[in-house]
Amino acid sequence: MLKLIDVNTYYGNIQALKGIDIEVDEGEIICLIGANGAGKTTTLMSISGIVPPRQGEIFFMGRPIHEMDPDAIVGLGISQVPEGRRIFPLLTVAENLDMGAFLRNDKSEIKKDLAYIYDLFPILAERRHQAGGTLSGGEQQMLAISRALMARPRLLLLDEPSLGLAPMVVRRIFQIIEKINAENRTTIFLVEQNANLALKIAHRGYVMENGRITLADSAASLLSNEAVKKAYLGI
Amino acid sequence: MEYFIELFLGGLTRGSIYALIALGYTMVYGIIELINFAHGEIYMIGAFTALIVASVLTLLGFNELSILVIASLCAVIWAASYGFTIEKLAYKPLRKAPRLSALISAIGMSIFLQNYVLLAQTSDFLPFPALMPEFGFLEPYAHIMSSAEVIIVLTTALVMAALTFLIKFTRLGKAMRATAQDRDMALLSGVNVNRVISFTFIIGSATAAVGGVLIASHIGMINFYIGFIAGIKAFTAAVLGGIGSVPGAVLGGMVLGWTESFATGYVSSDYEDVFAFTLLVLILIFRPEGILGRSTTQKV
Repeated sequence: MLKLIDVNTYYGNIQALKGIDIEVDEGEIICLIGANGAGKTTTLMSISGIVPPRQGEIFFMGRPIHEMDPDAIVGLGISQVPEGRRIFPLLTVAENLDMGAFLRNDKSEIKKDLAYIYDLFPILAERRHQAGGTLSGGEQQMLAISRALMARPRLLLLDEPSLGLAPMVVRRIFQIIEKINAENRTTIFLVEQNANLALKIAHRGYVMENGRITLADSAASLLSNEAVKKAYLGI
Repeated sequence: MEYFIELFLGGLTRGSIYALIALGYTMVYGIIELINFAHGEIYMIGAFTALIVASVLTLLGFNELSILVIASLCAVIWAASYGFTIEKLAYKPLRKAPRLSALISAIGMSIFLQNYVLLAQTSDFLPFPALMPEFGFLEPYAHIMSSAEVIIVLTTALVMAALTFLIKFTRLGKAMRATAQDRDMALLSGVNVNRVISFTFIIGSATAAVGGVLIASHIGMINFYIGFIAGIKAFTAAVLGGIGSVPGAVLGGMVLGWTESFATGYVSSDYEDVFAFTLLVLILIFRPEGILGRSTTQKV
């Protein structure tokens, strides 16, 4: 479904991605783990077209997307929940969700999806007229995921959804991620520092170090890999 | 008391024009954080376009009202196309450059446009026909507020209402607000940010052109330099109200208009600018974010 081939991405003269290859199949949950500054966020930004790669190719459903504009990439069905949630602080919760469906014209279907979201997160329904910036961290994360879902993505990119949240909220968020994957068959590409949690819900995983993929395996084998255990699982 | 009301209404008229121009500054700043110094020139070009079209139509024997309508429309369209083109030529290539580069480009654009009109037209003041109709029923009150002034205030109110509707309730307006708050996230939501920026310039230029036609017709003459003065005043209004805030631009325009009007009326017209800019300095010292501005929102 998604294929990165020898992707090299730069910020100015600094090379953040040094020839990475990643493959994601339809219906999978893939996780990408690695330390701070390894290039995980850059990988997602390259896929979304915000920081396009200088070299290499990215294919989505067989189409090259590495030279497309971000809005066109969203139109193809790739939505991202960026790091830090990036809620529009002055738009209401309802308007934030509307922005997720910005490219859609099927009003009745949008309404259905909105009902689904409010059912999934009743707190968002309660606060729909409140400014997004006034929500708590956990609520903002729910809103950020919901906003991305409003686009009805085929591939959902999630960047550190657990960052800065209480353990109970994190568990709830991860349950929802599994649910979205199971119910809607939405393919999920998850970037996490919380490797333990991420590998438990993922099917396969990639390990990233200094802009390179150093390990790719099934989630189960990564969980029992000695090097991974030592470096990322704190065991 | 009557004198006070007269000054109040005079300030309202002035303030309306400042507000119409300040909108362009504040909307552009809200979206790309650029002080578009060429914005005053757009206003001037709007006035010149109206003058040229009105002169031709007068020769062709059109009646006054149709001249006003057609000349205004031409001014709005022509100014909007200038705004669109300026953004594409002078600002878009610098979008990823340091902010100072775009600012210098804006100043350059302003000087270029002034001199272009100076060469293409003339440095002399040109008479501008009084295009606005006189309402008979306002005759008894003409010493307080003329028909032209009433038209200016009403037109401004109409433009503001339309703009508020656009920003609050349309898809484009929502995209504009989202882009202003977090440009990358707007991109990730599927917003074509380049198009939103273009629209912002078009709308800002169109409202400035409306201001240009109204004031030129009211005062009765224009030259290539009017954009500079009006631009600085409107910029002051935008900063007073809180740059980036649309209601702030309107309020700032009114406050500036009243300050000038009362200073002229009660002190001396020589002191008009002194009071206006003293007000600006005071605001910048005591409330740098402007009357309705928010203290710098932090981007997470």
